[in-house]
Amino acid sequence: MRNLEDLEKKINSELTTKINNTEIKHNQIYIETDKEDIIDVAIFLKTNQDTKFRQLIDITVVDYPEQNQRFEVVYLFLSHEFNQRLIIKYSIAENEVVPSLTNIFPSANWMEREVFDMYGVSFKDHPDLRRILTDYGFEGHPLRKDFPLTGHLEVRYSEDQKKVISEPVKLEQNYRNFDYESPWEGTKYIKEEIQNNDKKN
Amino acid sequence: MTKKIKNLNLNFGPQHPAAHGVLRLILELDGEVVEKADPHIGLLHRGTEKLIENKTYMQAVPYFDRLDYVAPMNQEHAFALAVEKILKIDVPIRAQYIRVIFCEIGRILSHILNVTTQALDVGALTPSLWGFEERETLMTFYERASGSRLHANYFRAGGVHQDLPKGLEEDIAKFCETFPKIINDLESLLTDNRIFKQRNVDIGVVTKEDALDYSFSGVMIRGSGVPWDLRKSQPYDCYESLDFKIPVGKNGDCYDRYLCRIEEMKESVSIIKQCLAKMEKGPIKSLDGKISPPPKAEIKQSMEALIHHFKLFTEGYRVPKDKIYTAVEAPKGEFGVYLVSDGSSKPYKCKIRAPGFSHLQSMDYLIKGHMLADVPAVLGSLDIVFGEVDR
Repeated sequence: MRNLEDLEKKINSELTTKINNTEIKHNQIYIETDKEDIIDVAIFLKTNQDTKFRQLIDITVVDYPEQNQRFEVVYLFLSHEFNQRLIIKYSIAENEVVPSLTNIFPSANWMEREVFDMYGVSFKDHPDLRRILTDYGFEGHPLRKDFPLTGHLEVRYSEDQKKVISEPVKLEQNYRNFDYESPWEGTKYIKEEIQNNDKKN
Repeated sequence: MTKKIKNLNLNFGPQHPAAHGVLRLILELDGEVVEKADPHIGLLHRGTEKLIENKTYMQAVPYFDRLDYVAPMNQEHAFALAVEKILKIDVPIRAQYIRVIFCEIGRILSHILNVTTQALDVGALTPSLWGFEERETLMTFYERASGSRLHANYFRAGGVHQDLPKGLEEDIAKFCETFPKIINDLESLLTDNRIFKQRNVDIGVVTKEDALDYSFSGVMIRGSGVPWDLRKSQPYDCYESLDFKIPVGKNGDCYDRYLCRIEEMKESVSIIKQCLAKMEKGPIKSLDGKISPPPKAEIKQSMEALIHHFKLFTEGYRVPKDKIYTAVEAPKGEFGVYLVSDGSSKPYKCKIRAPGFSHLQSMDYLIKGHMLADVPAVLGSLDIVFGEVDR
């Protein structure tokens, strides 16, 4: 469907209980669903004559460590036919396994491998879930917010052992994260006041 | 008597000139026929997305140059557009033209490199020598505008960093007059060349359906006959007001993709010409002092300009809480940025969608059943640059 509002209605009426929330923003549709329903939703979007989201553009995760369900999994779809973009998301806890889309979109293969590598989210029924971007034998998931920017290990060539070895990172100076917030709008009690005022309005 | 025959495993790269960078491709060969290809990537992984999360929005721009380092400004464009959309700021018309000119220069840079190195991979040396001379000219344009040949750091949210220096517009116009002849020269070497055709026609064929399934974009999808170009279908900046055509292939093989790239270069020249003709004097970045820094002279006079300058280069501008996906038509395909902002001056998350990533992923599908000698030809026509694949 050419019209975003019509498409939103169509998706809501066809998928009813599988959709938790829809929103139109920046000329794109944002859909919230559940982990269990993602396969049904993806199949519907790909095959239905009025949606035809034939292309999976990307899969990614946003990490919110302070939340119980810390990972927000995001799928980006594109429909060439109707020239529309759609974004699906759902939240999961740290050790949850999510369904893989590789059977519906072959291109999901590497995208899911990347998510697994960067965030440690596992995909059920993925044919080949290996690390992809990090080094052979790498430990940890670098894009998690609790992974330090400088990493844990550094590699160098050891003249004694005649091979490349990894050892813990040693820095002359630690990474410094400056706080530039100005004192007159940055101090805590003023911030709270501003927030309270915003809520009242 | 029975003999046991074992398939041969071959490591193609990571140190191989035809691998176009650091690709380790593990091939399983049955005689000379490729049975399976397993690309190992990540040898150039620098953690760009993690670094961007720790930098302000303005400091994040240079990282985009280092993705597809053959066409740096096209990538900056995607990031600038994403930030602009969240901030809801308008870009002055002159800045839009400048950005489009440099995006098209980037497209020519990338296509020259790809077409000529693809020819090099299948045995033709001369095109790369001719093409690189032109790339040098184009890179001096980059240098005159931004101060740097490769890592430009020129686009900003709300416009560009500085105005074009005197005489640059005229020189780009001159280049637009001479360059079509160079394209014709390249074509005379390659398009009807018997060896080039033998190596490329009917090699690495992608059907329409598979191009969609494997998330192809850019020349890879147009070569298979899908008329899809984000500059036309989801126009950004001033592309709407420009007149250009989208070349589409028919057979979806390496040769068609080569032809598409040649035609696209011609269209790019025409786009640059139109922009130069339409461009007028005016501001080149947003006039909002909270987003773009004031001119140096003003800092000496005005208290407010000084404060703006100080705040912009220490804390940076803050971006309201939002999520957005923005894509541009980079030379290699759809380059997108999924930006999550949390109201501070640093991006909370910046996922980079690189076209080369999905293209390389289909290597196994493309090369299965082909001969070993076709591997460089297919790899060349995929147009892979490891800066963006590995990020």
